[in-house]
Amino acid sequence: MSKTLSNTLFSQLLIRFALVGILGLLWQLSAWLIASPEFPSLLKVADSILFHINEGEMITNIAVTLKRVLLSFIIAMVLGVVIGIFMGTNRWVNKLADSLLIIALNVPALVTIILCYIWFGLVEAAAITAVVINKIPTVVVMIREGARVVDQDLLAVAKVYRLSPLKVFFKVFLPQLYPFIMASARSGLSLIWKIVLVVELLGRSDGVGFALNTLFQFFDIPGILAYTLVFVAVILMIEAIIFRPLDRVVARGRAID
Amino acid sequence: MLLPEDVPLIELNVAIKDKYYANSHSLVIKDMEFMVAPGEFVAIVGPSGCGKTTLLNMISGLEDSSGQAINCNNQSVHHSNNQHIGYIFQQPRLMPWLTVNENVQLVLSPPQYKQIDGLLEQVGLAGKGDYFPHQLSGGMQRRVSIARSFAISPELLLLDEPFNSLDAPTASRLRLLLLELWRHRGTTMILVTHDLQEAIYMADRILFVSDSPSTIIHQVAVDLPRPRSESGSQELAWHAQLMAKYPNILAGSLD
Repeated sequence: MSKTLSNTLFSQLLIRFALVGILGLLWQLSAWLIASPEFPSLLKVADSILFHINEGEMITNIAVTLKRVLLSFIIAMVLGVVIGIFMGTNRWVNKLADSLLIIALNVPALVTIILCYIWFGLVEAAAITAVVINKIPTVVVMIREGARVVDQDLLAVAKVYRLSPLKVFFKVFLPQLYPFIMASARSGLSLIWKIVLVVELLGRSDGVGFALNTLFQFFDIPGILAYTLVFVAVILMIEAIIFRPLDRVVARGRAID
Repeated sequence: MLLPEDVPLIELNVAIKDKYYANSHSLVIKDMEFMVAPGEFVAIVGPSGCGKTTLLNMISGLEDSSGQAINCNNQSVHHSNNQHIGYIFQQPRLMPWLTVNENVQLVLSPPQYKQIDGLLEQVGLAGKGDYFPHQLSGGMQRRVSIARSFAISPELLLLDEPFNSLDAPTASRLRLLLLELWRHRGTTMILVTHDLQEAIYMADRILFVSDSPSTIIHQVAVDLPRPRSESGSQELAWHAQLMAKYPNILAGSLD
């Protein structure tokens, strides 16, 4: 079984790399054909990546942005899951918070960001708060659906056998939410890093968003693409390091063919 | 009947005046009164949809029983927290994300974990502790739920049509297993079923209930010697005699 598993894993990786390679090749070819300074070739972008890494500012900027992404991701997930569970399991809480949730879902990200900066000042806490406020509603919506469809039969087992509240929560209730938590975490990470860049562009003096803004002032298109590529690569790595092992936890005991 | 001395005995008194379905005005149980003696195996037989599951849920505390008198050893089940009640549901209701071992551990405290191996052996699941429920057959999942219910050394065990939707040989094996466990432990048992033959095979006494709002229309002691056989001539004769006397009893009527 492990052999076929590693085989499929290998072929999957091969397909992924082949796809990336073909895309890169297409890019390079079309850049040669178009030959415009607004559309730099892949090689030029690679050059720019090396340049910005050697300068040193790219690594610090990405590290700063990553720190913001992870911090706001964790806060938004924890709060979103807690609120979602309350709304999904308690009819009254849901009634009270429902319209608030719809408002929160639809307030433009830009408005939250601007207001946070105005009210709290151009500080780190304002940046994080703005991102968190943008993300929480989408987490709540998904977790609430999960908490609504929790299997009452299994909860009845917990009640009959008088399980402690902690056991009920962690062994009976929460595992049923894992797929919903994973889905909101996945969609959450992608949403959060995009918002973090906007937040940085508007009010921070470091991070990828700030760097992109500076590069934009100089019309440094290879630089912008260089930052984008490296940052996306880092996010892909995080996805592989954090989410793949979590997938295994979620899949525990579920038949997967 | 001889019982091991260390088994705590339980006597159950049920007197339900009127029980309505939650969120509706339809009466499901009306004037139902019965007693179960310590160590007794009682079967409750009646048409489907007559509120048998509601009755078990009230006894187990899953369903609201306020205003009714359901007493274990003269203590209301509504208030007390110290009764050990086991419940085997129609479906095994195992946690799919826990292994067999973990499913049984769930209802125990850590010092009791060491009895799990013996218990799994008793239900014929030795060596299956690390399997997940989806890796087991339906009959094996049932066995896990039986092991789980006996793990807490229940004083009272409720069984809600536990052999439904199992093939006949598997169902008979599980019936035998339950009778063995009952004989060894002397647990008080209440079996809800619509299968009269099953009730005759297993129970000391059978209560017949009517269609809803259900009430007890007839009760009869099964005065057949043990061990019984599922379709032995004695049992079949007993069955035939009862059916001759009350042809519509399984539909919940004495006429």
